Amino acid sequence: MEDFEPKIIAFLCKWCTYAGADLAGVSRLKFSPNAVPIRVMCSGRVDPSFVLDAFAKGADGVLVGGCHPGDCHYAQGNYKTLRRVKLLKMLLKDMGLEEERLRLEWISASEGNKFREVVNDMVIKIKEIGPSPLKKEESK
Amino acid sequence: MDTNSSSPRVGVFVCHCGSNIAGTVDVEKVAQEISKMEGVAYAGSYIYMCSDPGQKLMRETIEKEKLDRIVVAACSPTLHEKTFRINSKNAGLNPYQCEISNIREHCSWVHEDKAKATEKAIKITKSIVEKVKNDSSLTDIEVPITKKAVVIGGGVAGIQAALDIANGGYKTYLVERDSSIGGKMAKLSETFPTLDCSQCILTPKMVEAANHPNIELLTYSEVENVSGYLGNFKVKIKKKPTSVKWDICTGCGDCYPKCPVKVPSEFQEGLAKRTAIYTPFPQAVPNKPVIDRENCLYYQKGICKICEKICKIGAIDFEMQEEIVEVDAGAIVVATGYQEYPLQNLSDYGGGRYPNVISGLKFERLLSASGPTGGQVLRPSDGKPVKDVVFVQCAGSRDIEEHKPYCSKICCMYTAKHAMLFKHKVHDGNAYVFYIDVRTAGKDYEEFYYRTTEEDHALYTRGKVSKIFEDGDKVVVWGVDTLTGKKVEIRADLAVLATAIEPSSGIMELKQKLKVSVDENGFLKEAHPKLRPVESMTSGIFFAGAAQGPKDIPESVSQAGAAASKVLSMFSADFLHKEPLICEINEDVCSGCGICIMLCPYGALEAEITTKDNKETKRSKLNEALCQGCGTCSSACPSGAATMRNDISKNMFKMIEVILE
Amino acid sequence: MSKANIAFYWAASCGGCEIAVLDINEKILDIIEKANILMWPVAMDTKYEDLKKMKDKSIDVCFFNGAIRTSENEELAHLLRKKSKILVAFGSCAHEGCIPALANLFNKKLIFDRAYQETETTVNKENTLPMTSFDVKEGEIHIPEFYDTVKTLDQVVEVDYYLPGCPPTPNIVEDAFNKFLTGDLPPKGAVLAPVKALCDECPRKKKDKTIETIYRVYEKEADPEKCFLDQGIICMGPATRSGCGHQCIKGNMPCTGCFGKTPEVNDQGAKMISALASVLAVENEIELDEKKVEELISKIKDPVGTFYRYSLASSFIKRKVIK
Ligand SMILES: Cc1cc2nc3c(=O)[nH]c(=O)nc-3n(C[C@H](O)[C@H](O)[C@H](O)COP(=O)(O)OP(=O)(O)OC[C@H]3O[C@@H](n4cnc5c(N)ncnc54)[C@H](O)[C@@H]3O)c2cc1C
Ligand code: SF4
Ligand code: SF4
Ligand code: SF4
Ligand code: SF4
Ligand code: FES
Repeated sequence: MEDFEPKIIAFLCKWCTYAGADLAGVSRLKFSPNAVPIRVMCSGRVDPSFVLDAFAKGADGVLVGGCHPGDCHYAQGNYKTLRRVKLLKMLLKDMGLEEERLRLEWISASEGNKFREVVNDMVIKIKEIGPSPLKKEESK
Repeated sequence: MDTNSSSPRVGVFVCHCGSNIAGTVDVEKVAQEISKMEGVAYAGSYIYMCSDPGQKLMRETIEKEKLDRIVVAACSPTLHEKTFRINSKNAGLNPYQCEISNIREHCSWVHEDKAKATEKAIKITKSIVEKVKNDSSLTDIEVPITKKAVVIGGGVAGIQAALDIANGGYKTYLVERDSSIGGKMAKLSETFPTLDCSQCILTPKMVEAANHPNIELLTYSEVENVSGYLGNFKVKIKKKPTSVKWDICTGCGDCYPKCPVKVPSEFQEGLAKRTAIYTPFPQAVPNKPVIDRENCLYYQKGICKICEKICKIGAIDFEMQEEIVEVDAGAIVVATGYQEYPLQNLSDYGGGRYPNVISGLKFERLLSASGPTGGQVLRPSDGKPVKDVVFVQCAGSRDIEEHKPYCSKICCMYTAKHAMLFKHKVHDGNAYVFYIDVRTAGKDYEEFYYRTTEEDHALYTRGKVSKIFEDGDKVVVWGVDTLTGKKVEIRADLAVLATAIEPSSGIMELKQKLKVSVDENGFLKEAHPKLRPVESMTSGIFFAGAAQGPKDIPESVSQAGAAASKVLSMFSADFLHKEPLICEINEDVCSGCGICIMLCPYGALEAEITTKDNKETKRSKLNEALCQGCGTCSSACPSGAATMRNDISKNMFKMIEVILE
Repeated sequence: MSKANIAFYWAASCGGCEIAVLDINEKILDIIEKANILMWPVAMDTKYEDLKKMKDKSIDVCFFNGAIRTSENEELAHLLRKKSKILVAFGSCAHEGCIPALANLFNKKLIFDRAYQETETTVNKENTLPMTSFDVKEGEIHIPEFYDTVKTLDQVVEVDYYLPGCPPTPNIVEDAFNKFLTGDLPPKGAVLAPVKALCDECPRKKKDKTIETIYRVYEKEADPEKCFLDQGIICMGPATRSGCGHQCIKGNMPCTGCFGKTPEVNDQGAKMISALASVLAVENEIELDEKKVEELISKIKDPVGTFYRYSLASSFIKRKVIK
């Protein structure tokens, strides 16, 4: 398991977390390359179907990044995201997937460093729990 | 609208960005891998895609390879999405069929392992190729503009912005939470670098704003709520009850001398008293009083009402209620300014504890001819003349550990001004200044500073003050001269702390109402620090003055002008062009479940009921002008009827697939 | 005109779908007039050997109900695919897994332990468990293998059409028969039911959705005039294909989703999770901190059983991960 490199999909809202990740870049912070970003307009655009699809296709982790509560560019998209993610986590648990694989983080455009920390931390935690069991789940 | 019926011909342009990308990402390999993808007709790389030759190369390749859509793998879309979209438009493509793969900020700049970074760059780019393949060709949406502006904050920046917009011919509402406009500048004595009297240059502007036919002053008012969007905001403004009918009050001023209440005057920085019914300062605009209900005897104890008896025209109205007015506006300028970092936070310096340790603004009042001492520099503790004064620069600024990490920018200059003005007033006095550096970048600033030290002989010591304490009627300042390494002790009559400045209170609530961001220090965050310094990330909202970062008057005023010119250029068109990346409701799929309606933050969705053959059918109907494209409805729509243009979930599933391959 | 050859088969199902064929009442006589029934386990005795002997594609339409639970189910799916021109997934089990697929929350071992060991009425001291082959006096006996995971029909063979429902309602069944017998067929892969979600046909009064809190069906007497969701009772209607004649709604019970997702959607449960979570407390969402959100969400019991009651096998995740 030494060389296990988690595959993470990161859905980042355009206005905060994507911009925060941009700032991490501009500041030349270095972090794990495991998370591949997908830009969405708002964390509220993250349909739970995307998250489940990512897991089904073998993602070891999914990060949803949005603006801090009250800061959503579209006023309240992130509040909906919070409720959806909570319910999704309940579902994931019942489906035997570790909660840590799905992470919702509020990261503002000025928190490049937080973005780095979150990605790094997620990689470490997922390395600890191992590859997604869904990857091998092709049994009869 | 769709042009993807025939198989797409995607072109992919990978940028080296000099070595910014190519240093960590094997750009050739990216191009090579991408060229293997289905639908990719061309993939190549170039050293600077955004340069003229780079863009020309793109256009030529589009023509030569008959490309119908392109992906540029380069820097963040925030930087050059627009550039490349315009370029592809110039090459005859639809701009919305050009997408950016961010392999710089999100990849080459944040990773070191070249193989891994390359692999990630390939994944990011593949996902964007999948997106572009399904992108439809779209046209911008035209939205009418309400050609009125709201300026929040009536300091010099707000006044200037309002005047500039109003002079352009557009109605402007100037919202100020105090009872008078003027802001901090009204409190200043004389201003660097020219030493003109602050009131003398500001008052005419205040009056001009008040009398301007296009400006409506809404003082003693605060923004309650903002809804809508660029070009069509609705701003709810709360007019706090002044308890005085301003429409009939003549501003004669008969009432306040008779009011028995005496409380510290905010305008005089507590150096003098004011009454409960008051105007903040004699030149207030509008020059009408308000009753401070927290201190008025009538509101607190139900007695008095002297002012009511005094006022011959019956302007006093104790029953006045707060009022909410709603105005339509196409643009908003935020100019809420700054406040001083509380003195109490500087406890090592005895801030807040010793009457003779004061802030910069208080010293301004001591210097001011209209101040409580008539411009004489007297000790707040006992009113005795000041002979020795110590100025402490960077009090709370540039202190990452305990206070503010940033430079408050104006203090070097106003301290020089303070020292100079003090010496002008007290010829035999001594002005000592402790500084870390003296920053005098600005037209005529260095010369001004030179005069302070060389002509007026203010004594500058490079070093940090460690402690200030009281000893008898003196304040003792301990510091270290970092040039000589020696300890310095000064016994002075007065210590003036050049306290850090911070955003005005209430900025956090305001930014939430406006949906704009602030930086880690609470100052308003501009869309781009260099290229879009007066715009917020939220279209239609602009910034001016010290609310965006420490600024002196010239800078505040120029930024106000810049913000106003942005507003004016917006108002010069009759329609706004809006990105068409919005929602779409497929009527043939929508079941009218009603899930989406309440989710839209802009009220863009409405239930529409039609009756046919006695059967009611409910559908969700979209108002295109209102939708901002957040996608919340689409994620929630349980039947898949609500989709986002060029972001339909099919794209997303393909993107996820190629990333996880 | 020669009569069409049709066949029915049941895999892992409750048998309800077989009966559903009869729910069309006397119309069945019309069908028999136009078609030969070659196979129908609930009514006729057809041997697998006979089926194997048939020429390929000799069945015009095969209505296959039931999910794929065992190797026998899978074998028959392949066999019937080979023998049939048109293979129809009949009913929710074949279509999307349905109730049998809720067993995907367990695996073979857990199910056997429960069935052959733990149930209160079971005495099984020797721990005898089903085996795929064993010797008896008469020789070696083979029985089908029980799989860990229940699959839908189209996860093992190609399916031409789907008839949704648990079971498909008579109107849907009749309509489908007519289509097949007249040859008036939609494009391959179609689900033979309307595309819109149930709310479209549901006559209840609906508001723009905001839900303060969730009630379970037994916690509240539902007003039969008003939309269930508006009353805080989870109704899968918005995420479920219509066509059933809203029978449950008429019986004052919320839709549980048996007609499956609508065509523009990939995962019925995910969409309903999103819809419900979004409108839950939407009016005062700003005031809710994470803890309050958790409290609110925890009122939703058994997400799999609620949102994936019928579609677990065909969902993105398909089954529980058991280590
Ligand atoms: C001690 C001192 C000396 C200085 N001397 C000089 C000098 O000599 N020369 C020079 O160039 N600069 C000087 N400055 C700097 C100068 O004060 C500022 O540059 C200038 O005041 C900035 O103007 P502004 O309009 O941005 O902010 P402000 O003057 O702070 O005005 C902001 C206004 O917005 C109002 N407001 C705040 N929040 C809200 C809200 N939520 N709703 C409605 N209204 C709101 C406030 O009441 C205020 O009226 C000095 C500063 C200090 C502290
Ligand atoms: S009623 Fe209030 S404001 Fe008027 S004079 Fe008395 S204390 Fe002052
Ligand atoms: S959520 Fe979807 S199906 Fe329901 S009303 Fe809105 S668009 Fe129509
Ligand atoms: S995408 Fe939907 S929720 Fe968002 S603004 Fe548009 S209509 Fe409203
Ligand atoms: S949610 Fe259920 S009860 Fe409400 S309209 Fe839809 S199907 Fe009818
Ligand atoms: S825009 Fe960032 S969460 Fe909505």
